[in-house]
Amino acid sequence: MKDWFRRHHPPSFQAAGENNREIPDDLWTKCPGCGELLYQRELEVNDWVCARCAHHFRLRAPQRLAQLTDEASFEEHEAGLRPADPLDFVSATESYQEKLDQARKKAKLSEAMVVGTARLNGCPIVIAVTDFRFMGGSMGSVYGEKLVRAVDLARERRLPVLTVSASGGARMHEGMYSLMQMAKTTAAFAQLGRERLPHISLLTDPCTGGVTASYATNADVIVAEPGALIGFAGPRVIEQTTRQKLPQGFQTAEFCLQHGMVDMVTPRRELRPVISNLVQLLCGNVRVAS
Amino acid sequence: MSALPPERRTAWERVQFARNPARPKTLDYIGGLIERWVELHGDRAHGDDKALVTGIGSFEGRSVVVLGHQRGSDTRENLVRNFGMPRPEAYRKAVRMMETAEKFVLPMICFVDTPGADPGMQSEERGQAVAIAGALYALANLPVPVVVVVIGEGGSGGALAISTGDRILMMENAVYSVASPEASATILWHDATKAPEAAEKMKITATDLLGFGIVDRIIAEPPDGAHADAETAIRSVGSCIRESLQELDADYQTDRGYDEGRLLTARAEKYRRIGAWHEDRPQLTEAYRDIAEA
Repeated sequence: MKDWFRRHHPPSFQAAGENNREIPDDLWTKCPGCGELLYQRELEVNDWVCARCAHHFRLRAPQRLAQLTDEASFEEHEAGLRPADPLDFVSATESYQEKLDQARKKAKLSEAMVVGTARLNGCPIVIAVTDFRFMGGSMGSVYGEKLVRAVDLARERRLPVLTVSASGGARMHEGMYSLMQMAKTTAAFAQLGRERLPHISLLTDPCTGGVTASYATNADVIVAEPGALIGFAGPRVIEQTTRQKLPQGFQTAEFCLQHGMVDMVTPRRELRPVISNLVQLLCGNVRVAS
Repeated sequence: MSALPPERRTAWERVQFARNPARPKTLDYIGGLIERWVELHGDRAHGDDKALVTGIGSFEGRSVVVLGHQRGSDTRENLVRNFGMPRPEAYRKAVRMMETAEKFVLPMICFVDTPGADPGMQSEERGQAVAIAGALYALANLPVPVVVVVIGEGGSGGALAISTGDRILMMENAVYSVASPEASATILWHDATKAPEAAEKMKITATDLLGFGIVDRIIAEPPDGAHADAETAIRSVGSCIRESLQELDADYQTDRGYDEGRLLTARAEKYRRIGAWHEDRPQLTEAYRDIAEA
């Protein structure tokens, strides 16, 4: 696990070593899909997919980059951006600063979004990955700014963009600044599109709210991981509003495929060849960097 | 309702103003400001959503496309209008209207007044998230001037989807928030009764948002609120829309229509500027070192 990316800039996340495990310390992990006890080492080898029921475990951003991009090809950008506290958000129970400190410790990241350049089966791309462990992958100012700068980089170097999203939506603690990141990122991707550079969006578990309702579905191709929860309103909100129990499989990737919202549901193991093929085909007649 | 002078109203008081059933709504503004109004219906795929009114008409002699959330004045009308909460068809109808605006080079005026997009099961099945994203994307590529007026409650993504124009005007007692005060309180503290506190903390008033650079201008309301003197409120909105359109004409109109490239770049830049962050040179700060050593 040690050398899967080069550090041109010191990363915003801690990359190597024991602290980097998805579920630390335990030798055995219970599968949330089938309840089977799985040997941690085997899970790692299997890209965190249950060998018995094919449940896809959630990946942290560094794990996702390791799994998806060519070895030692990831180079992080914009690692120096840190969240501010524009609302001076303090309440009786918690302040935004405290929440951020907790999130940094828990996720070992400086923010929920990691961006950079990498290669995918040899193709150079710009990649932007959300980490759900950092405040539920919520989109605030830094998330939006990093993503927009990543899109700028793609336009400057003529590179395709791959986004990997797992988010509960806009971050409450930055109020309207967060909501406006939907507009900001969409505007940037619209510019990318006008310059005929592709955006592939990979939706992973879970992806709801303002991220699903903005750049993550404004893509040329939308790929989803099996079983991922994908929607606008979260299941709890829908159940509270409609006072109905949601049927089994509602808002899953497979449900979204059936209802025409995503192009394909692709197992984790096949993502790299499937996405690199898409990128190459889309760029058949446009100039991109090689 | 409030004994306080207008400038000292609390955020929660403004929420009550914004939701007052007697407050003028989209169709009232259309009735007062748009001549030769023709409402156009349907997304051409599934249905016609009555929570979002769309059409064409004449604003002070020039043809425009108009979109607006429409709430009801009473329960019966609210059931028809789904309390102003658009379903996916609404956003697809909006995109269809944007195509018309582009084709015939018609400026667009949007009135924002919704608690949020409909969160029901059927809306999910029909792709609520994708529909909102589609409207945002279409608006980011729409090469005509777009003036937005937040007239009541701007609720979350459901409001944003028709709000990302070149000028965002906001009425003095309107509110605009990432989630309604009730939803914010539930998300933050698992207690919807703390909505008044959430309204203050989330900074959702026109003055807050002007300070953040998110809205461009505040439209003054009559002293007791727009509901107390609708005619004056509508007239004020009309003159602010006129001034915004004149400014945009001055900036982007050429002999051959609007300068599309400059207009779209300026719009993207307008939204790009919104955000608050700290920036270090990319090196490990104290905080990161602490984490790395933990």
